[in-house]
Amino acid sequence: MILVAAMGILLLLIGYGLGLAFGSGIAGLVIALVIWAIMNLIAYFQGDSILLSMSRAIKISPDDHPRLYNVVEEMKIASGLEKMPDVYIIDDPALNAFATGRDPSKASVAITSGLLEKLNRDELEGVIGHEVSHIRNRDVLLMSLCSVLLGTIVILAWYGSRALIFSGGGRRSSKGGGQGQLIILAVAIVLMILAPIMAQLIYFAISRKREYLADASSALYTRYPEGLASALEKLGASTYQLKTANNATAPMYIANPFRKQGRAASDLTSTHPPLSERIRILRAMAGGASYADYDKAYQQVHTGGAGVMPAAALAGAGAVGLRAAQPELVLKEPEPSRVERTREVGDLLWQKSGYKIIDCECGTRLKVPSNMGRATVTCPHCGRTHSV
Amino acid sequence: MAWWAWVIIGIVVVLILWFVFIFNGLVRLRNQVRNAWAQIDVQLKRRHDLIPNLVETVKGYRDFERATLEAVTKARTAAQQAIGQGVGAQAKAEGELSGALTRLMAVVERYPDLKANQNFLALQEQLTSTENKISFSRQFYNDSVLNYNNKIQMFPSNVVAGMTGFKQGEFFKVEEAAEREVPKVSFEQPKP
Repeated sequence: MILVAAMGILLLLIGYGLGLAFGSGIAGLVIALVIWAIMNLIAYFQGDSILLSMSRAIKISPDDHPRLYNVVEEMKIASGLEKMPDVYIIDDPALNAFATGRDPSKASVAITSGLLEKLNRDELEGVIGHEVSHIRNRDVLLMSLCSVLLGTIVILAWYGSRALIFSGGGRRSSKGGGQGQLIILAVAIVLMILAPIMAQLIYFAISRKREYLADASSALYTRYPEGLASALEKLGASTYQLKTANNATAPMYIANPFRKQGRAASDLTSTHPPLSERIRILRAMAGGASYADYDKAYQQVHTGGAGVMPAAALAGAGAVGLRAAQPELVLKEPEPSRVERTREVGDLLWQKSGYKIIDCECGTRLKVPSNMGRATVTCPHCGRTHSV
Repeated sequence: MAWWAWVIIGIVVVLILWFVFIFNGLVRLRNQVRNAWAQIDVQLKRRHDLIPNLVETVKGYRDFERATLEAVTKARTAAQQAIGQGVGAQAKAEGELSGALTRLMAVVERYPDLKANQNFLALQEQLTSTENKISFSRQFYNDSVLNYNNKIQMFPSNVVAGMTGFKQGEFFKVEEAAEREVPKVSFEQPKP
C-alpha cells in the first residue's frame, strides 16, 4: 500500500512540477489527474477483453476439457470465490498462465496449451490456485491501476521533457525572478528524468510482492505447496517465449513472460521474483500451509530479512496443516500420461478452430475441416466411410 | 451546552459506530459460514446424482462384484436420508459413502477394459473431482468457522457477540474411521 501511495505521489509531483514550469502548478496537477482518471476508466471497463483478445485466448466450456474446468472449479471453491471465472486456453507452446478481470465477479483464467499439456493434476492445481488467488486478492485491479499510473507518469514525463527543451524556458521574462525560475526549471527537468525510472522500480516491487502473496495463497488453498513448486520447475526448464505478451500485461502471468536465463537473484527490474527462489520458498514450507508458514519459509530463504506477507493476511489466521500424503487407495483421479494430455489439448484446439473430430472403429481419429464440402469421409487406415 | 457534554456525546457516538462496525463484521462472517455450508451441500448432492450413472456403467460388466455395488447404493441412500439431520450425522454418512466409493474404485482396478472405457473415464473424472470439491468446500467451511469462532471468542468482538447472541459454528469433522479405512484389496494376479 505504501508503494502504491508512493507512485501516486510521484504522479502528483510530476504533474505539479510540469505545471510549475509552465506557470501554474495546480493546473498541471489537475491535468495529470484527469489523464490518469480517463486511462483508468478504459482499463477498468475494457482491460480484460483487451488482454484476452490480444493474447488470442479461446474460451472453453466444461465439456471441452473437463479436467481443466474441474480444477478451476475446485480452486474456486477452496478460495471461497463466489462466481466461477471463465476459463480460456491460448494456443502457444510457451508455458504460462494468467488471470484477468476487474473484480471477482467478472474474472477469467487463461492457460497456454503448452502448459496444460505439461502439467499433471497436482501441478495444474497449484498453478490455477496461484491465478485464482490473483483474482481473490484483487491483484488484477491493483496491478492495472498501478500500470495505468506508471503509464501516465511516463507519458507526462515524455511530453513534459520535450516541451521544456523546445520551449527553452520561454516564459522566463513574464515575472522577472530569473534565478528562482531557473531552479524550478532544473528541478522539473531532473524530475522528468527520474520519475519514470522511479515509478517503474516501484511498479516492479509491487508486482513481485503480489506474486509472493499469490504463491502463498496457492499453497494455502491446495494445502500442497509441492504441486506449485514442481510446476514452477517445469516452467523454468522451458525456453519458449510467449508470443503475445507485452510489458503492460507481464505482471498478470504466473512467470515473467520475458524471463531470460541466469538473472541475478534480487533483480530490481523484474515483475516476478526469480523462479528458483519461489520454488525454494515453497519447498521450505515444512510446518504447514498457512500464510505465516510461507512467511517463515521466505525468511529462511532470505536469511535475516523481513517477511513478505501483508500484515492483514497474517492477522487472525490459525494454524493450517499441510495435506497429508495420499493414503494408498484413496479415490484417485484418472491421471492421463503426457502423450494423452498432448493429444487431448491438440484435439481441443482443432475443434475450436472449426474441425470436426470423428473416431473410427479402427482407432484412428479423423479431423475434418468444416469447409471440406463432402458428406462422407473415408478412413485412410481401414477404408470405412463416415458421414460428416 | 457545556464542553463536557459535547465530549460525552462524542464518546457515545464513537462507541455506537464501533459497535455497528464489529456487529456487521460478525454478520458477514456468519453469512460466510452459512454460504460455505451451502457449498458443501451442493457438492454432496452432485455426488449423490453421479452415483446412479456410475452404478449403471459398472453393472454392465460381467460378474462385477454385486456386494461392492450394493454397498455404494446403500451408502448413498443413507447419506441422502442424513441430509438435514445435523452436521455430525451428515458428516458420518458421507464419510461412509466415501469409503464405499473408494472400495468400488479399488475393485475396478481389476477390470482393465472397464478402466479403459471412455464413458467410465469421464465419470471417474467427474466423481473424483466432486470428491475434491467436497473436501475443498469442507476446508473452506472449516476455515470460515475458525475465523468466525475466533472473532466470537476474542476481545473486544466477544463483547458485541455476547450482547447480540452470536453462537459458535460447528466444524465439519471427517469421520476418521470411515474415511481412513483403507480397503484390503490384493492386486496380485491369481496364479495359473
